[in-house]
Amino acid sequence: MKGRAGGRISSGDRYLGYLLVAPVLVALVAITGYPLVYNIWNSLHFDNLSYGGLPHSFTGVKNYKAVLTNPVWIGALERTLVFTAVSICFDIVVALALALMLHRQFRGRGFLRAAVLVPWAVPTVVSAMLWKTMFDPRAGFVDYFLAAFHPAWASLSWLGASTFRSWVAIFVADSWKNIPFVAILLLAGLQVIPGDVYEAARVDGATWWQSFRRITLPLLKPALSTALIFRTLQALLVFDVIYIMTGGGPGNSTQTLSFLSYNTFIVNTDFGTGGAMSLLLVVLALAVSAIYVRAFRPVTT
Amino acid sequence: MSGAVVERPLARRGSHRRPVRYRPGKVIREALFYLAVVIVVLIALFPFYWILRTALESNGEVAAGVGGSNGIIPGSLSGTAFRDVFTQAQFLTPLRNSVVVALATTAVTVVVASMAGYALARLDIRGTGAILAFILLAGFFPVLAMIGPLFLMLRSIGALNNIYPLIIVYLVYTLPISTWLLKNFFQQIPSDLEDAALTDGATRLQVLRKVIIPVAVPGVFTAAILSFILAWNDFAFAVSFLTSTGNFTAPLAITTFGQSGFQVYYNLIDAAVVIISIPIALLVLLAQRRIVAGLTAGSFR
Repeated sequence: MKGRAGGRISSGDRYLGYLLVAPVLVALVAITGYPLVYNIWNSLHFDNLSYGGLPHSFTGVKNYKAVLTNPVWIGALERTLVFTAVSICFDIVVALALALMLHRQFRGRGFLRAAVLVPWAVPTVVSAMLWKTMFDPRAGFVDYFLAAFHPAWASLSWLGASTFRSWVAIFVADSWKNIPFVAILLLAGLQVIPGDVYEAARVDGATWWQSFRRITLPLLKPALSTALIFRTLQALLVFDVIYIMTGGGPGNSTQTLSFLSYNTFIVNTDFGTGGAMSLLLVVLALAVSAIYVRAFRPVTT
Repeated sequence: MSGAVVERPLARRGSHRRPVRYRPGKVIREALFYLAVVIVVLIALFPFYWILRTALESNGEVAAGVGGSNGIIPGSLSGTAFRDVFTQAQFLTPLRNSVVVALATTAVTVVVASMAGYALARLDIRGTGAILAFILLAGFFPVLAMIGPLFLMLRSIGALNNIYPLIIVYLVYTLPISTWLLKNFFQQIPSDLEDAALTDGATRLQVLRKVIIPVAVPGVFTAAILSFILAWNDFAFAVSFLTSTGNFTAPLAITTFGQSGFQVYYNLIDAAVVIISIPIALLVLLAQRRIVAGLTAGSFR
């Protein structure tokens, strides 16, 4: 018998265990594993529904070559990486400040936590449409507010007119929705830091900044790594907010890798090229996770 | 809190808190803190006020735009958008589709994740670590990489443009977090309870049904809330698999609303946005504590 919780484990219990776990594994393998294998197969074949009659002939790595040399894909890759880098830098810093605020004991903390959670909990279609309204030159609050500073800003158009301003609007909508969750992850990390460590530091005359640098940050490392991995993957795979706010435009200047994947699969019904793009996306996501896991690996002696 | 609280002796009460001294620096810091809290609450909630305000505009006011007498406080209130969204835009059908799919996904998730969570926490299954890692990884799998193969599969069995397959597909959102959360929850239940029942000759399944499930209700409830939110919020799968408006889910339907030539009727869009935000906002306000605890449960182990 092992020293686990739950008392005596018989072999019958173990079979029951496999039986109880099976549905989760079957469901997740069917939804993720099956498409993964199917994508590998498709990416090595010609498979486009728009050319219905053509045979699904084996094409080797031709699809990969085509994707990797396609300026549309390279553009989407660059945009996705820049968007991810900007998002994680900004969001993690703001979320950390927010987490410290949510952690503090004060009257009204429950209300603050609920208020902050609402943007995270509502569907992306809500956050995207809400900011689309806010940034609209006629219906929106942003230009109404900016008009107070400069008359020319009263009818500044954000979405669909300028690439830069489209990205600003997307970035605002995306960060507004996702910072709360990162803050909650960091809050969980703050909650497991024992209070007497701070008490001891305070007795020793440490300033707020010193105890933040020397206690909070190092002890928050596991929570920070979780939050970073989570936020990075989410930003790398950004889709909904872009589809709803800009549809990839103006031109294709706000297309990201996930958006391109949608376009290739669903609009162009090109499952060979789409399969290659998807696998490259999976590899990118795995590579980023692996880098973080390595970087934050606890030092073992 | 009732009036029946026994007055504690003053001396004892005093020893609980350090005496409060009002130093000017401290007062200023407190004031700044509360100012920051107010700003955070405004950033989180003001956009919701703005869409409610826009939803209550008449079509004429939307065409005229914000400004003049129609500013942060609207010039007049009109309920026409809330009527039109059901009569003209036929929002009721997508709303019903979303409710059906989200509730069904939640029900399946709760049953399947409870079984697996219990087995992973209590029954000594070989490879528990690997199973948990796989479940976590599946939760991070890029959604837009799965849609191509899943589209082809649904197409081959004639299940495209149908809401019911979404119930299965949405499990990829709900199962990873729910299984982890419930596994952690079951681990925290003292095993003496089970041991006593097992000693009395109960079988594992009886123990699960009669002892564990009743104690686990709060954890199951949290998993249900999170699952409902995640299923209610999907956009990517719905936009990829559903093609006719009668089969749209609510988030997808909203993206087709309010476009009429060059005029975008944000009052109609935002009325729908307000409607689908209400159940989520209520859930968050009522269950903030559970949601925060649930979101942080699976993060560092």
